[in-house]
Formats: sequence, structure tokens, C-alpha cells
Amino acid sequence: MNLQLTEDGRLRHLLTLDGLPRAILTQILDTAESFMDVGEREVKKVPLLRGKSIFNLFFEPSTRTRTTFEIAAKRLSADVVNLNIATSSQTKGEAILDTVDNLAAMHADMFIVRHAQSGAAHFIARHVAPHISVVNAGDGRHAHPTQGLLDMFTIRRFKGEFHNLTVAIVGDVLHSRVARSQIHALTTLGVPEVRVIGPKTLLPTGVEQMGVKVFHDMEAGLAGCDVIIMLRLQNERMKGALLPSAQEYFKFFGLTPEKLALARPDAIVMHPGPMNRGVEIDSEVADGPQSVILPQVTYGIAVRMAVMALLAGTGNA
Amino acid sequence: MHASLPDVDPLIARLADAIAPTLTPDTVIVGIHTGGVWVAERLHAILHCALPLGMLDISFYRDDFSRIGLHPQVKPSNLPFDLEGRDILLVDDVLHSGRTVRAAMNELFDYGRPASIRLAVLVDRGGHELPIRPDFTGLALDVPAHQNVNLSRLDDGHLTLTLA
Repeated sequence: MNLQLTEDGRLRHLLTLDGLPRAILTQILDTAESFMDVGEREVKKVPLLRGKSIFNLFFEPSTRTRTTFEIAAKRLSADVVNLNIATSSQTKGEAILDTVDNLAAMHADMFIVRHAQSGAAHFIARHVAPHISVVNAGDGRHAHPTQGLLDMFTIRRFKGEFHNLTVAIVGDVLHSRVARSQIHALTTLGVPEVRVIGPKTLLPTGVEQMGVKVFHDMEAGLAGCDVIIMLRLQNERMKGALLPSAQEYFKFFGLTPEKLALARPDAIVMHPGPMNRGVEIDSEVADGPQSVILPQVTYGIAVRMAVMALLAGTGNA
Repeated sequence: MHASLPDVDPLIARLADAIAPTLTPDTVIVGIHTGGVWVAERLHAILHCALPLGMLDISFYRDDFSRIGLHPQVKPSNLPFDLEGRDILLVDDVLHSGRTVRAAMNELFDYGRPASIRLAVLVDRGGHELPIRPDFTGLALDVPAHQNVNLSRLDDGHLTLTLA
């Protein structure tokens, strides 16, 4: 049974993009498109989720993702409660479910969940009452579906179609839930060539089975690309044995104007943020004319509005 | 039961004749998706309206969202002008309960404060549930609750009304 869909195939929870049908992805992107102008009106709100209570359950800190979920919920007129819950390594599943039960007793309608543990959002979705929806806002290395969706929305806005694109994902794919969600979405939406570029130590073994082409040489990997997605390099990777140094990484896998010139001249550059300037991306590229990094943030609000509106509509049916 | 209803073009012409003397330089025509936009397009052309046509999709303002969810194909609303101080002519194809018009007015006010709103409908079929009445009516009918009046558009742009 697919936990994410109702029996008649509508979105019930959003936990991962893996296995979500193309029709649902397209529906979310289309709905987001119709929310785009709400942010530019005099009253930046629609009354769709009036009277609904949405809880941002963040077991792992994140300012931007939490803020965009909060703005999205408020633009739909929902009431939003933010909970930043410090977790220790001893925190057991039971404690999480206690928190969830307490909030459900306060008549929560939706949980937005971020957790360092893969599978946390699934765990909560399996537990909640039928009228409550769960959105995964990032779980461990597993998935970050709304980020994946906003990246698809960005690509569609700038490139129009998916069927004629070559997309490269560059960097630490191994530890990236964002990359996993992007790869699932890109292949489902029919992108013919998805490439992953990175050092051997930062690419998962067997990543080819996800339908991607692997490159360890960035120059070769970028040739002819329409879309370049840079991933954030966590500082702690440098402390471990995976990488020699930030300077060394930048030399081989940092996106500089010279390397960008190898892609198509109209290629766009994306980054899920927050950026490490001078590590995975040169400031000249990050702030340059091909960068769509700030539009990604703006689109993230419309995409999260679409996800919440579709879920709220299904949950009450 | 299918009953034949009058041709649409003479109804739109009648609406345009009634609206014409009331137009001001600040009048903007706004159609409600989908049928209302078709009627509004015709009126906009016949009346030689200087300001662009506006379109509203009221999906985000419906009062039955929590029962039936989001409409599968929401179209963006498009109001390519400042609403502040305008005289709005709101156009829909069929007036029934009045809930669509209420939702449309709620949405309009989120774009600004118009000077006035008037309502033109191709068909007022009766069965109102709110204190909303059209200012301009192409055809007034008294249709039993179990029947529907529908406006459809053929590929050649021809509009037809059906009662089913």
C-alpha cells in the first residue's frame, strides 16, 4: 500500500517523490503556478485553509525551509505553530509519537516534519488519524520532496519542458536528501539525461541504478548541460576522511565561470542553499546572470502552498 | 430531459445593449472561469472596452473547498490593471446559488478596493441562496433544482446553452 496516496490516487501525505506518479507531480506544479501571483497582490493571502492548524515540527534546525513553509501556510490563511524540538541521540520514537499525539489533541490538521533520522516523517504518517496530513520537510539522507518539487518548478519556468534537457547534479550526492528527491522527480518527469558529478567518495555506490550517468570529471560532466544543480558541501565532510580540503574540492568541483562556460550558453545554475561560496560555487557564478538561486526561494513558497492546499483538500474528503 | 434554450449570440447582444449606456472610462470587464470568461470576451469585443479583460479563477475562494478539495485545473487569475477606484463589471455564464459570485467578490477585494461592482449574467436560472442579484441579465429562467443549465463552447468558438 502506498502511504502517500488515497485509494482513488489522490495525495494523502507528501513523504518522498520516489514512486509518485507523473500526474501528481504535474498537478502540484500546475497548482503552484496558479499560486504564483498571490505573493504580488495587495492582499497576499487566499482563504483556502482558514481555520486549519498547521504545526511545523522541526527536530533539526532549518531557518529557510521552516520560514517558507510558514509563509506558505499563512498565505493560505492557516494558523501556524512552529516547534523547534531539540533532540538528543537518546530520543526514542515513543517520545516523538507522544509529541504528535499531544498536538493532535490540540486539533492539528497537518504536520510539517523535519528530522535528522531517515524515515521520521513516514513513521509519523503511519501513526496519525486519517484527517491529518504529513509533509516531509527533510528526513536524514532520505528525501526532501518539497525542495525537489520547487527545483522542478524552477526548471519548468526557465526551460519550459523536461523532455529535451540534460541536467547535472554536482557535489555531495552521497549525503544529500535533496539530490535523491531531484533524481526521482527528474526521471519521473521524463528528463532524458540526468548526470551526477562528484568525487568517488561523495557518490553513492550503485547510483547508476537510479537512472543517472556518473562523472568524476566535472569538465566532461558539464559539457552540453541545460541545468546545473550544485549541492551544498557540509563542512564536516572535510573533517572526515572523505575530502582533503575545501580548496582542493573547489579546484575540482567548484563551479567557476570557466567551468560554467562548458555548459550550454543558456544553462541555468541552481542551488538548494545555503551556499558555501568559494567551496562548491564561485560568487561570480552564484550572483551571475545564469543563476536562478533566488527565484528558487520565491518559487518554494508557491510550491509549498500547492502541496498544503492539495493535502488539505484530500484530508477532508 | 434535454430542452432547447435560445441561441447565445442574441442574448449576449441584448446584454451588451443594456450595459453600453452605463460604461465609464474606468469600467473593467472581469469574467469568471470558465464560462464567464467566454461571455466576457464577447462583451469586451462588442463594447470596445479600452481596458484589458480580466479573468478570475475563484477556486481558492470557494466555500466548499473543505468538502470537495481543490479543483483539479486551477487557472491563474489575471487582472492586468489596478483595481483601485475602478468600476467592475463582473461577468458569469449562469447565476444559480450566488456562491460563485460571493467568492469572486471576495477575491476582487484582495486585489484592491474597486469603486463599484456590477454583475452581468447570461442566464439567471433562479435558486439563489444568497442576497445576490444580477444588474444585467440575458435570460431569466426558473429551473428546478435537479436540473442544470450549462454553457459550452465548440472548437469554432460557438457558444451553446443546454438544460439537462
